[in-house]
Amino acid sequence: MSIYRTHILVPVDEGTVQAGVFEVKRRLEQKITEQGLGNEVKVVESGTVGIVGKGVILVVYPERMYYTNVRPGDVSLIVEEHLLKGRIPPTLKYASLDIQGGLKSLHNTGLTREQKRVVLDKSWKMSPEDIREVLATGGYKAVEKIFTEKMTPEAVIDLIKQSGLRGRGGAGFPTGLKWEATRKAAGDQKYIICNADEGEPGTFKDRLILEGDPHKLIEAMVIGGYAIGATKGYIYVRGEYGLSIQRMQQAIDQAREYSLLGPSVLETGFAFDLQIKIGAGAYICGDETALIESLEGKRGNPRIKPPYPVTNGLWQMPTAVNNVETLANIPEIVNRGAAWFRTMGTDKCSGTKVFTILGHVEQPGLIEVEMGTPLREIIFAYGGGVAGGKKFKAALLGGASGVFLPEKLLDVHMDFESLKENKAVLGSGAVLVMNEATSIPDMLFSILKFYAHETCGQCAPCRIGTHQLLQLAWKLREGQGRVEDIDTMLNLAETMQRTSLCPLGQSVVAPVKSAIDNFRDEFERAAGHSEIS
Amino acid sequence: MSETITIWIDGKEIKAEKGANLLKVARDNGFDIPGLCFHEKVTPTGDCRLCMVKIEGRPAMTPSCLVKIEDGMKVTAFDKQLEDTRAMLVDVLLSEHNDDCITCEKDGDCQLQDLAFRYGMDTPKRMFDTVWQEIHQSPDSSSPVLLYDSSKCIKCERCVKACYEIQGKGVLSMASRGIHSHVVAGTASWEGSECDGCGECVQACPVGALMEKPVYGGKVKAKDIQRKAVTTCPYCGVGCQLELWIKDGKIAKVKGAEGVPNLGSSCVKGRFGLDFVNHPDRLKKPLIRKDGKLVEVEWKEAIDFTAKRFAEIKKANGPDALAGLASARCTNEENFLFQKFMRSVIGTNNVDHCARLCHASTVAGLANTLGSGAMTNSAAELEYADVIIVIGSNTTETHPVIATFIKKAVLFHGAKLIVIDPRKIDLVKYATLWLRQRNGTDIAVANGLMNAMLANGWENKAFIEANTENFEALKEMIKKYDPKMVEGITAIPAADLIEAARLYATAAKASIVYSMGITQHAHGTDNVKSMSNLALISGQIGRESTGVNPLRGQGNVQGACDMGALPNVYSGYQKVDDPAAKAKFAEAWKQPNLSDKVGLTVTEVLRDAHAGKVKGLYIMGENPMMSDPDLNHVKDCLEHVDFLVVQDIFLTQTANLADVVFPAASFVEKAGTYTNTERRVMAMVKILEVPGEARDDAMIIQDLANALGQNWKYDSAADILREVNALTPSYGGITTERIAAGEKLQWPCPNAQHGGTKFLHKEGKFTRGKGLFCALEHVPTKEMPDKEYPFVLSTGRNLFRYHTDTMSGRTVALPQYAPDAYVEMCEADCVILGVGHGDKVRVTSRRGTIDIGIRLTDKVIKGSCFIPFHYKEAAANLLTNGAIDPVAKIPEFKACAVRIEKIKS
Ligand SMILES: Cc1cc2nc3c(=O)[nH]c(=O)nc-3n(C[C@H](O)[C@H](O)[C@H](O)COP(=O)(O)O)c2cc1C
Ligand code: SF4
Ligand code: SF4
Ligand code: SF4
Ligand code: FES
Repeated sequence: MSIYRTHILVPVDEGTVQAGVFEVKRRLEQKITEQGLGNEVKVVESGTVGIVGKGVILVVYPERMYYTNVRPGDVSLIVEEHLLKGRIPPTLKYASLDIQGGLKSLHNTGLTREQKRVVLDKSWKMSPEDIREVLATGGYKAVEKIFTEKMTPEAVIDLIKQSGLRGRGGAGFPTGLKWEATRKAAGDQKYIICNADEGEPGTFKDRLILEGDPHKLIEAMVIGGYAIGATKGYIYVRGEYGLSIQRMQQAIDQAREYSLLGPSVLETGFAFDLQIKIGAGAYICGDETALIESLEGKRGNPRIKPPYPVTNGLWQMPTAVNNVETLANIPEIVNRGAAWFRTMGTDKCSGTKVFTILGHVEQPGLIEVEMGTPLREIIFAYGGGVAGGKKFKAALLGGASGVFLPEKLLDVHMDFESLKENKAVLGSGAVLVMNEATSIPDMLFSILKFYAHETCGQCAPCRIGTHQLLQLAWKLREGQGRVEDIDTMLNLAETMQRTSLCPLGQSVVAPVKSAIDNFRDEFERAAGHSEIS
Repeated sequence: MSETITIWIDGKEIKAEKGANLLKVARDNGFDIPGLCFHEKVTPTGDCRLCMVKIEGRPAMTPSCLVKIEDGMKVTAFDKQLEDTRAMLVDVLLSEHNDDCITCEKDGDCQLQDLAFRYGMDTPKRMFDTVWQEIHQSPDSSSPVLLYDSSKCIKCERCVKACYEIQGKGVLSMASRGIHSHVVAGTASWEGSECDGCGECVQACPVGALMEKPVYGGKVKAKDIQRKAVTTCPYCGVGCQLELWIKDGKIAKVKGAEGVPNLGSSCVKGRFGLDFVNHPDRLKKPLIRKDGKLVEVEWKEAIDFTAKRFAEIKKANGPDALAGLASARCTNEENFLFQKFMRSVIGTNNVDHCARLCHASTVAGLANTLGSGAMTNSAAELEYADVIIVIGSNTTETHPVIATFIKKAVLFHGAKLIVIDPRKIDLVKYATLWLRQRNGTDIAVANGLMNAMLANGWENKAFIEANTENFEALKEMIKKYDPKMVEGITAIPAADLIEAARLYATAAKASIVYSMGITQHAHGTDNVKSMSNLALISGQIGRESTGVNPLRGQGNVQGACDMGALPNVYSGYQKVDDPAAKAKFAEAWKQPNLSDKVGLTVTEVLRDAHAGKVKGLYIMGENPMMSDPDLNHVKDCLEHVDFLVVQDIFLTQTANLADVVFPAASFVEKAGTYTNTERRVMAMVKILEVPGEARDDAMIIQDLANALGQNWKYDSAADILREVNALTPSYGGITTERIAAGEKLQWPCPNAQHGGTKFLHKEGKFTRGKGLFCALEHVPTKEMPDKEYPFVLSTGRNLFRYHTDTMSGRTVALPQYAPDAYVEMCEADCVILGVGHGDKVRVTSRRGTIDIGIRLTDKVIKGSCFIPFHYKEAAANLLTNGAIDPVAKIPEFKACAVRIEKIKS
């Protein structure tokens, strides 16, 4: 990379594509050639940088300048002023990072604030489409290490166990234990599956990794496959993630070329290969058992547990299902050790976590910070606070199956344990902020709509219950509800928790109960309304 | 090994088998835990969540239908929280259900209704608005036999699983998601799906979502049913036990009855095809031909006239100028009496029946090599075989319920299926190997298989040594049949043949199933012997789930043979030319002048009728004018008969030629027994009254006998069976009393203490002593295709029509499935002829010609075609060859040469 004086990263993700990134890139390259800068400045297509709703973004190295909302018309200005003359055009929106990677922004807030990046560390520093750049920036070092240091599978599992890594797909199950159980389960063939179905509304952390650093996932799955004794892995990617699928496939092809996948990984005799499966487009397919059914070519309905996938997974063989973000931690743990990993986060929840900040905040987007970072910091320091100077009312944590947190819990620490103590969940890491004007019954209505849409329909309580909850919430919203309906909703949601077949139906109680418990007066007002009219 | 353990449910100590289903154990012990999706015959689904219980040491609640019991388990089945939860679930379920019970046919028989009642779900108490209206799809009424109404469906998936796990078909699945999920057949509707109307799904549905169409008349609620009675299906040789629901003296519904042989299943004919008994065409009065026309007469006149004519012919031309055809659709008792009539009253052995046309070669072949001409094993054993060879049997269509056992063996027990058939029959989908031999080359196939076994040492040397004879001759002869040479004759790739030989010979338990594809050839007997060669050389016989298993076609064809409706034997295969047997029957029947001359077969009767040697013919319940080969010739023959008597329930094509027609009782109107293809004797129960003056076949025979001077006094079928028991060693213990007590015995069952015989030739002890190998050379088909007749025609059955269609054609439902006659042809031949699906063609053989529509299919191979023989408007048997097997006298239905021409429109 070093023969060029300047690199311009062009993050390509679904958002920037929509904003016209390719047109900007085309103009940029054209302009650079016109100005005779072709030997000095290199344009690199990269993965996303985690900033959303800011149009096309350009990142200029080594200055680490971020241009946001770049329109094709801005390109000449950037080239002529910045690249040629070294001046920053004052009319454009930008931010910058200093050389150490720390933060010294022009306005020291928002997403460009300092983050602890492990899983996202490289996704913006190299082109995910070129394995040579990946290798040059330390990619596949962990795989090499395992083989050169002759680590046994058990040693790898032990390392992961010691790191304290827990699943980032929602449940927070210790990854080392999962791998160990899969390794120990009896079976001729074992599988490792990367759950990249990411169906939680408003969440796109996994996409960031898939698009920005697909090789990291491949590396992690090779390590995982080696550790559990699998020779075959699947990446189950949400169908809508066109770019992810394309980049992932390209990365797999390249990895095969470099013998990082295939009949003998790095000539060690260890056979491992990967295949992408495109998701069926239903939220429930993110559930590991439904995902496995779908992989088997069946309708993606969840299976009854036990037995669990670690013993009876794909084709009834032992299978480890891991979330994308979980896996993306693996190479660095191998490279830098369990102790290093434990320096981040809390005692029981080590490492970092990627959060998606959404809703009524100044700067919605995606950040990676240490586990246990207080919610207040996430919303106010990184998200820039409630948009438009409005007052904070509640945050919905963990997506649709999440919990409404009222203001009094703003200081909760964002890790599995602390949230559990406060009857909340980390879930996928989505943080949806609601301002004072938000109607909680309305919010609940839209969540219930999601549930009613996503229930697979297999078991009666969830199939009909989600529909009835929606019906009741609709009546409240329309002023046709009765006060008793509030308890009926609670009662039904609790019955669903006790009786539903899979976690989807079991979890609807979380938003229903937290909304009603914390904001009962709002519901009663909605119901009372009907009695007057 | 099962282990008995102890569990506690609500404090009650219960002993049960380890691993048993908790819900079932609880229910069996009086705990009426609700549950709608659980069905004992399919794997639990866990969808309805009503069967929730609490188990000590486990979190919260668990659906009991998903729990396998473990020792010491402590279960709470009933407490307030559980019951409140269940009540709420019922409430929730009702909100999705169109509970229009007033007009619902399932009212009173609906498990959801019962739960609503039990949990007191009066309308005002219900918490939820109904939602079914929003999600309701228009009912699917496209199947001829059933109706699906999604507004009543509780999405329990019992139907889906029944179709797959019980029937092995998998036609149904759940479509759409969430609240919109519903059952779908195939990809869109029943009509376009592969559903064959067996009704297993209907029987599994706990509510009124899947119902029978009212093929028996109007809708009927279960509570209005006045009587339910179990009897044997009159159609095929499986002999399904059916529960008939009766209202106002008519069949209202039919359900498959539990227990052997059908385990609650049936096919579309048994469940939806019994309305022929009420058809207006039923004969209600005797008919006599006067001035060329059949006119109704009184019974006395008909009987006296017939007796007089029989006596005249006998007197003028001797007893052998008379012949009788008994019936595979009549009971054992009737067949026994019929052959007694022919033998002892008329004095001839000229008695035969349609077994000649299907399995005469089986009876002759297996009796010769093994000593017993029947299925060696039981149908249900097939489900547990490791390897099954199906050769020359389109089991799915001809023996649908037995096909389910084969499918389940493959789908759920890891069995390997080898299909050997020139047609791509349905079972090919389930097969590990499909050997597509050229029509008529089965002996070569068998010889090739044995050659491969010997070449690789897969034969069972110990078995051959200990239990067989004539092995050396066989060994010598099959030397030349190496797989390459056999490939030349049969077109089966040598490697496939070797693999089939390996699978079959080296399996722990392997069965051969065959049917008319083997028997209906001019070398049918040799084909059959080849099957027994295969079993003997590999020792795959004399144990459970092994053996040589000919599937017999008609309902009681096995029984009719057993009863001696054959020209060479009395009941129980006692030879007419054996002096001891003759003496025994002579004494019992008080008739010293029994003939010891072997009588004429069906095929010979017709020949001799034509020659004027057979002058009088008595036909009971058969229709040679449709069933026999070369129909033009048959008609000619029958017209040559001086005096033709037909006894039937309808005026068949044959009855139309008769001089006297006796109206007979149908299967539901009389009592007796049927013997199914696996030698199992089962009751025919009198459930309905006869129409008009129709009568029991046995009573008609008795009247004729008495009019000819006998003094027979049989009051009931039981009287006749007693005589059968006394004279037939293999039926000695199969008494009316045991049958009435519910026993379904398989012969041989020599005495009252004997439990019947599940499989024959136990431990290599063959009925005839040692198993006999027969060295048999491949013989080419009699009529090979040539320039003038370039196609090979094969004939057979389809699922929806039965035999000559006299019964199935007079039902509401069955003709809707396969309404018109058709000839199956492959794409390549259609292209050459310039015809397409549905086009009419003219099919001509050396004997006749028919016009028929084309069914374009990949089932048949280039150069061959297939026509089902049921359709009178295009009777396949106008074309078939009368060439017969020299031993069994069975005609070559399975191969003749035809020409096919486009009809210019
Ligand atoms: C309804 C439902 C949806 C889910 N969706 C996802 C998903 O989109 N991505 C994911 O990684 N896990 C999802 N999960 C969790 C998975 O079942 C599983 O726990 C996870 O993939 C395990 O990976 P981890 O241990 O790395 O977290 C979902 C679970 C449920 C019940
Ligand atoms: S809880 Fe909902 S999503 Fe899960 S199985 Fe039941 S219906 Fe399907
Ligand atoms: S009638 Fe039989 S074949 Fe048809 S869907 Fe029902 S079970 Fe399946
Ligand atoms: S049709 Fe009947 S058996 Fe099938 S899912 Fe619906 S309720 Fe259950
Ligand atoms: S009977 Fe157990 S869940 Fe339906």
